[in-house]
Amino acid sequence: MSDLLLELFSEEIPARMQAQAAADLKKLVTDALVERGLLYEAATSFATPRRLTLHIVGLPPSQPDQREEKKGPRVGAPEAAVAGFLKSAGFSSLDEARIDTDKKGGQFYVAVIEKKGAPTLDVLAEILPAVVKNFPWPKSMRWGAASAEVNPLRWVRPLHAIVATFGPETEEPDIVPFEVGGIKAGNVTYGHRFMAPAAIQVRRFDDYVSKLYDAKVVLDPARRRDIILHDCKDLAFAQGLELVEDEGLLHEVAGLVEWPVVLMGEFDAGFLDIPGEVIRATIRANQKCFVLRDPATGGLANKFLLVSNVLATDGGKAIAAGNGRVVRARLSDALYFWQTDQGPLPDFSASGKPPLDQRLEKLRALNIVFHAKLGTQGERIDRIIALARELAPKVGADPDKAARAAELAKADLVTEVVGEFPETQGLMGRRYAELQGEDAEVAAAIEEHYKPQGPTDRIPNAPVSVAVALADKLDTLVGFWAIDEKPTGSKDPFALRRAALGVIRLILENRLRFALRGTILATHHLVENQFAELNTQREEAGQRVESFVSPVRIADDLLSFFADRLKIDLRDRGARHDLLDAVFALGEDDLVLIVRRIEALDAFLKTEDGTSLLAGYKRAANILKAEEKKDGAGAFEAAPSADLLAEAEEKALFVAMETATAEADAALKAENFEAAMQALSKLRAPVDAFFDKVTVNAENPELRRNRLSLLAHLRRAIHLVADFSKIGG
Amino acid sequence: MTQNPSALDPKKSFQGLILTLQTFWARQGAVVLQPYDMEVGAGTFHPATTLRSLGKKPWKAAYVQPSRRPKDGRYGENPNRLQHYYQFQVILKPSPDNLQDLYLQSLAAIGVDSALHDIRFVEDDWESPTLGAWGLGWECWCDGMEVSQFTYFQQVAGVECSPVSGELTYGLERLAMYVQGVENVYDLNFNGLEGDARISYGDVFLQAEQEYSRHNFEAADVKKLFGDFDRAEAECKALLAFGERGDEKHLMVLPAYDQCVKASHAFNLLDARGVISVTERQSYILRVRELAKACGAAWMKTDGAGLNG
Repeated sequence: MSDLLLELFSEEIPARMQAQAAADLKKLVTDALVERGLLYEAATSFATPRRLTLHIVGLPPSQPDQREEKKGPRVGAPEAAVAGFLKSAGFSSLDEARIDTDKKGGQFYVAVIEKKGAPTLDVLAEILPAVVKNFPWPKSMRWGAASAEVNPLRWVRPLHAIVATFGPETEEPDIVPFEVGGIKAGNVTYGHRFMAPAAIQVRRFDDYVSKLYDAKVVLDPARRRDIILHDCKDLAFAQGLELVEDEGLLHEVAGLVEWPVVLMGEFDAGFLDIPGEVIRATIRANQKCFVLRDPATGGLANKFLLVSNVLATDGGKAIAAGNGRVVRARLSDALYFWQTDQGPLPDFSASGKPPLDQRLEKLRALNIVFHAKLGTQGERIDRIIALARELAPKVGADPDKAARAAELAKADLVTEVVGEFPETQGLMGRRYAELQGEDAEVAAAIEEHYKPQGPTDRIPNAPVSVAVALADKLDTLVGFWAIDEKPTGSKDPFALRRAALGVIRLILENRLRFALRGTILATHHLVENQFAELNTQREEAGQRVESFVSPVRIADDLLSFFADRLKIDLRDRGARHDLLDAVFALGEDDLVLIVRRIEALDAFLKTEDGTSLLAGYKRAANILKAEEKKDGAGAFEAAPSADLLAEAEEKALFVAMETATAEADAALKAENFEAAMQALSKLRAPVDAFFDKVTVNAENPELRRNRLSLLAHLRRAIHLVADFSKIGG
Repeated sequence: MTQNPSALDPKKSFQGLILTLQTFWARQGAVVLQPYDMEVGAGTFHPATTLRSLGKKPWKAAYVQPSRRPKDGRYGENPNRLQHYYQFQVILKPSPDNLQDLYLQSLAAIGVDSALHDIRFVEDDWESPTLGAWGLGWECWCDGMEVSQFTYFQQVAGVECSPVSGELTYGLERLAMYVQGVENVYDLNFNGLEGDARISYGDVFLQAEQEYSRHNFEAADVKKLFGDFDRAEAECKALLAFGERGDEKHLMVLPAYDQCVKASHAFNLLDARGVISVTERQSYILRVRELAKACGAAWMKTDGAGLNG
C-alpha cells in the first residue's frame, strides 16, 4: 500500500476560505480516485495561510484489472452488424472473438475485453492537475505574465509550488509527474516566511510534518487553535484576568499564522468608559485581538491578547507595543464616535430635541429606502409605532411607552458607532436612550426589539419590548407578503423565516393570547393605509406602491406559513409530527392554545384510555370511510335518531356520547384540554361494547344508516379536540 | 551648509522615507513619476495606474500621490485621520512572481525589520465601484497596523486586465509614524533635522487640515459642486466623442480622463457635505463609472495600451 502527499503552496490564502478549501481538496481527489477504482484507507487535509495539504493513506499501487464481455451478433449475421461489433470491441477481425452457444443451440460472437489497471501514479498524474485547474474557490484570480494567455490557471492567490509524492512507506516515494500552470510538481516546499524561508526537501507526510515544524510551521489548524487558546488562557491567568472566548475569532486568527505566538498588549484605562461591546467590536474587527475580562470588576480589562506570526528577537516587545498603539488609535476613534453620538447633530439640532431624536430626524430626512415597494425606513417606523401602540394592551404594555420605544428603535442606525460596527445596533440605541433619560422599559425595548435573532437567542419578556419586537417582525412579514416577496426554497433574502419564528417564540414563551389572523389583518390595514397615503403624495412621480394581494389571502397564507414554522419548531423540540397535523387541522390561530392542545393530546395518547379511544376511533372511521364510498361522502352526517336505536349497546353509546360531548364542549370553552379529553375518554367502554355486540351493517337499511350516523357523530365529537385521522397508529 | 544624514534617513524624516522608496523602486526598474496634478481620492486614480494597467504593454512605475478624502477631515484634531495625505504607489505589469518578496525588501529598506516585527498579509479584496475596477490581494499589516494595500488587478475601467498588474499602495504617514515611533501624525519629523531647523508634519499641514475640514464640511458650495459634476461629466463625454476615430483609434483619452477624475472629486465633496442620499449615491457612482469605462475602452484603442506593438 502506498501514500500520497500533496501540498499546494501559494501566497496568503484568506483565513475564512481555508477550512472549506482543505475539505474540497480532500473530496475532489478522493472522489476522483474512487471513481477510477482506487480505494484508500484514510485521507486527511490541512490548511495554513500559505498551503493546502492532502495526505491519503493506503492506496493500491495500481487500479484493479478490468474484464468485460460484450455479446455480439449471431454467427453468420449480416456484414454491417459484424462490422459494428468489431468496431465497438476494438477488434480487427472476428478471430479475436470467442463463439458461444445459447440454450437453443444458436451460435453468437462474444468479445472479451481485458483492460489492465493503470499504475496509481499515472492515475494521480491525470487527476491532480485537473483538480488544481477546476478548484472551487469562492473567488479566484489570474496573475503574472501567464494572465494574458488564454485560459490561464486561476488560484485564490498566486500559486508557487506543488509537492506531490507517492509511494510505499518502505521505499523512496515517486514524484507524481505532472505540471499545471507552468508549475512542475516536485518534493520541495518552504518553511515559515520569515523564520525559516529556505527550501525543504520532503519524502512523505511524516517527515514533511516534522520538517515543517522545525521550519516554524504548524500544519494542523486544530493544533494551532489549541496552542492559541491554551496560551491565551495562560497569559490571562497570569495577570488574574479571564479570556473572553470567541470561537469565530479563534478560527480566523489560526488562519492568519503558521507559527502562533500569543502576546499581551495594553491600552489606556480611560478607554474603559466606552461600552464593553464597542471595545470588543473595535479590537476584534480591526485588530483581530481577544479582549480580557477583569473578574474583580466584571467588566473588561485594559489589556488584550494578540496572536503574532513570529517569534521576535526581542521576545515580542516591539510587536506588542505596535499593536497597542494601533488599538489605542482605534479606541480613540471609537471614543470619538461614542461621544459624537451623544452630542447634537449638525443640521438637525435646531429642534432642540434630545440627541437620539435628532438621529431619528436624520434617518427620516435621508429617505433611506427600506424596500423599493415598501417605502422608506421613516415610513416603516411610522407603521411600527402604530402597530406597537395597538399591540401594547394585548401584551400588557403601556401604549405610550411602546410607541416611544418603536419611534426610537431604529434611530441608532445613523449613529457613528453603529455605522462602524453594525453588530452593535439596538444595544447602542439603548445606551444612548438611557443617557438622554428615556424610561428604562423604553430603553430596554430599543435593544430587545431585534430579539430573538435565532433559535437560541434569548426571548424578551418585558411587555414594552415584546410589543415592539412583535410590531417590527409583523410589519416585515405582512409587508413582504403584501408585495408577494415570500421566501422560496433556500432563498430568504429578507430573513422572513427568522421573523416568523421570532413572532412564534415571542407569543409562546410569553403565553400571549391573541388571534393571529386578526393581528395580521390589522397590520395589513396599517400597511395598506400608508400605501394609500403615499400614493396620493407620489401620484405625480408615478411611483405608486400598493398591495398586490388581497388581505384575506395574505392572512391565510401567512397563517399557514406560521403553522409551518411552528411545526418545524415543535418537531425540533421533540413533538410528534402526526399530533401537530391533528391539531393544526382544526384551523386554530391562537398559538398558545395550539401548543397546549398538542401537549394535552400527547399526554392523553400515552394513557390506556387514550390509545383504546384512538383504536375505537380508527375502527369507526374505517367503517365510515368504506360505507361512504358506497353511499357518498357526508351520507351519514345527519344526527342519529334515538328511536332507531335497537341494541342496548348502541343505546348506551348514544347516551354516553350526549354526556361526553356536552362535557367536552364545556371543557373546551374553558380551554381545559385535559378535561375535554378526559370527558371523551369515558366513551372508551361504550365504544368497545358497541363494536363487540352491534353489527353496524345491519340488513335493515334504516338501522344501518342510523348506526353509521351514530359513528359519524362519534367522529365529530372526537374531532372537537383534534383530527384523530391524522394520528398514526 | 553642512550635510545632515538624518535628512535622508527613512527612520528619521518623512521625506527620507519617500526618497528611500523611490530609490528602491527605481532600482527595480520602475519609472519614478511625479504626482498627477488633479484632486484624487487615491493613487490608483493616477492615469499611470488606471489607464496604464490596461492593455498588453509592460509597465513599471512608482510615484507619490497626494490623496484627498474630504469625509476624513477631523479639523486637525485626530492624530491618525487626515483629509489630505500621501500614498506611495507602485504599479508593475505584468505582476512579477516575486512581488511579495520585493514588497518585503522595500519594507526592510525603510527600516522595518522582519525579525522584530510581525508582518502579515490579511485578506482584503479591493474594489473601486467608481472606477469599475476590482482585484484580489491583502492589506499588509505591521504589528497590527495596516501599512499598505497589495492588489492583483483583475479588472480596471470595466476592462479585463491582460496581463494582470500588481499594485502596491503604501500609506506614507502611517509608515512614517511607525518607523519614527510617533503617536500623532502632526509630530512626524518631516525634514529629519532637530532644534530650530526641525520641520514637523504639523508645521506643513496642520493649518491646511483645519481649513480644508471647514471647507469640506461647512463651506464647499453645494450648488457649484453639483454644477461641477455635471459639467465635468458632459466635458468628458464631449472629449471622448471628439477623439473617437472608429474601432481602431482614439486621439483624446487623457484629457477626457481628467474630467472623469474631476467628476469623481466633486462627488466626494458632495458626499462629505452629506447632501447625497443613499439612493442618489448609487446613481452618482454609476455615472462616474460610466465615464471611467468609456475612458478605459478608448485607451484600449491607443498606443499606450500597446495597440501598435
